[in-house]
Amino acid sequence: MATRDEIVDQIAGFALFADLTTPQLQRIAHMFEEEAYPEGARVLRQGLSGSAFHIILDGEAAVVIDGEQRATLGRGDFFGEVSILLGEPPVADIVAARPLRTLVLAGPQVHDVLIDNPSLMYRMLQAQARRLRNANRWRS
Amino acid sequence: MAQLSGPAEADGPGGDRPFPPGAYPVIVVGSGPGGIQVSYSLRRLGVEHALLSADPSPGGMFRRWPFFQRLLSWTKPYAPVERGGRAYERYDWNSLLSDEPDQQAIMPGLMDGTSYFPSRPEMEANIAAFAERTGTVARYGCRWTATRREETPDGSTFVLETTDGEYRAPVLVFAVGVAEPFSPPTPGIELAAHYADTRAAETYADRRVFIIGKQNSGFELASGLLPWARRIVLCSPSPAKLSVNTRSLVGVRARYVQPFEDHVLGGGVSVLDASIGGIERRPEGGFTVTARPSDGGDDLLIEADEVISATGFVTPLLDLPALGVTTFGQSHLPAQTAYWESSSLPGIYFAGTIGQGSAGLKKHGLPANSGAVHGARYNARCLARHIARARLGLASVGPAIAPADLLETVVGELTSAPELWHQRAYLARVISLDATTGPRDEGIVPLAAFVDGEGDDGQGDALAVTLEADGSGAIYPVLYLRRDGRVDERPVESDPLLRFDTPAVREQVAAILAEVGR
Repeated sequence: MATRDEIVDQIAGFALFADLTTPQLQRIAHMFEEEAYPEGARVLRQGLSGSAFHIILDGEAAVVIDGEQRATLGRGDFFGEVSILLGEPPVADIVAARPLRTLVLAGPQVHDVLIDNPSLMYRMLQAQARRLRNANRWRS
Repeated sequence: MAQLSGPAEADGPGGDRPFPPGAYPVIVVGSGPGGIQVSYSLRRLGVEHALLSADPSPGGMFRRWPFFQRLLSWTKPYAPVERGGRAYERYDWNSLLSDEPDQQAIMPGLMDGTSYFPSRPEMEANIAAFAERTGTVARYGCRWTATRREETPDGSTFVLETTDGEYRAPVLVFAVGVAEPFSPPTPGIELAAHYADTRAAETYADRRVFIIGKQNSGFELASGLLPWARRIVLCSPSPAKLSVNTRSLVGVRARYVQPFEDHVLGGGVSVLDASIGGIERRPEGGFTVTARPSDGGDDLLIEADEVISATGFVTPLLDLPALGVTTFGQSHLPAQTAYWESSSLPGIYFAGTIGQGSAGLKKHGLPANSGAVHGARYNARCLARHIARARLGLASVGPAIAPADLLETVVGELTSAPELWHQRAYLARVISLDATTGPRDEGIVPLAAFVDGEGDDGQGDALAVTLEADGSGAIYPVLYLRRDGRVDERPVESDPLLRFDTPAVREQVAAILAEVGR
């Protein structure tokens, strides 16, 4: 459990928010909600609509597709954006591998937050580009 | 050992108080709507328990708040369905739930007709009347002061220290509200009064009032002070959300939107998106508040005669975090399972508004209504059933549904089940589909538990029936099919008048049931 100011301090160190000013970070911290998940809890569910965008504050999450673990995510990583951007249910379960604390933004709010914070959008695009590059390397 | 809860233990002529210190199978703490509803529901299931409350009488937060003495949740005395009974609960957000007709729909009978939002005293009377009519008794004036664990030959138990002595139980249910005033660590915040300490409205006559916070409590104060204050500033970093825009209960409710209209029409109210840099006392009297605009503009120095912190409340969990209860978020809510059990300390459950810490699927970002009576009352009934089953082994087999009646059962639930209307995408009617025994009604189950295969209904093939919304304004049925452990979601098209017993809905539901051979 953290105060808004503590959350601002935490996310200021995340690459996703690296270009935002303190007032912008404070505004972001108020728009997101904090949620906590025990180990083993499903955060996103493969195939179910209406999920949200999450940024990991603490803990570790597993990316599981059809029951098979494909990757792990840690502090500062984010997930859920692909299904929101495409308007489709998630293609993977995201499961708390350890007690997990995330900042959550409801799917319908993601569009406005990205449009209002172009630098955040750019950083997210960079992260997606890296994921795509790594996926292509893995396949080749 | 345990003392049965029930009318027999009510305060008698001799002043005997029920539930003396001792050992009980279950202890419920709190006598607001959550605690009273859990206690009633446990008793109906035959679960022995003690109900303890620090207050002198039932009502919980409604003994004091909302500050301006009128609720945000409505009860329609005249609704599309007859008063009383299950279908009417959709239109009555404030009555508690009873199985007996003469104990149902108490709220509308206590309202004076001036508003479909009951007054605070009417709501307090509603809770008290429910407790009295159902014989739900509590040990009032008994304050929980500390908690510890104790290992016994029978296993671990909790010890609840109270002003009346020690209680022991392996299962504790806390329904103590989210009612402890919270103020952020802003420099000078000690100069601000909290919402909880707001004075009578007329004492703000001709004063410049600065309100920190733009949620319902901030806008409630602003609304109430409009006829009195000379100027009102509402300020927080992110823009105000309005429920009419989010098309949900997220955001400022329509009743409190007047200050926002005053702001946009230039009437003298200011609604600012800025963080508070600090509050300083002015030598000549009053305060200067430094506001830092979220858009990065120059700091604003705003003079005020009064600064009020409408920054919310936290959960009064006393020493439970030290005992192992994980909390999260601004309200310090305990992290919970789908059945409202602490996710880090088994045996500790939560009811009432604290239940919002069990977020469920929160589809499309829309939270359940667990923070309000019309959501929490169904959670409480579901929780009581879960405790009876999972903790005390009092399992019951759900009634069979004739295969020929399955379609009508589903359509009937979609049309009038208040649990589904009030706890959308959160609670579901579950019907097991065992090929041998045929369809059975497994009751109301948290949807998150169902889709994760952790519900009291088990993991077999089953159907979950619920209603959902996506923030677009539409409310629509969704059926979840669980087959061989896999869950598939099947939405049904909405109806402009929200009639879910139409031929079009029946046709879609029938097609979905055909997928599972029904």
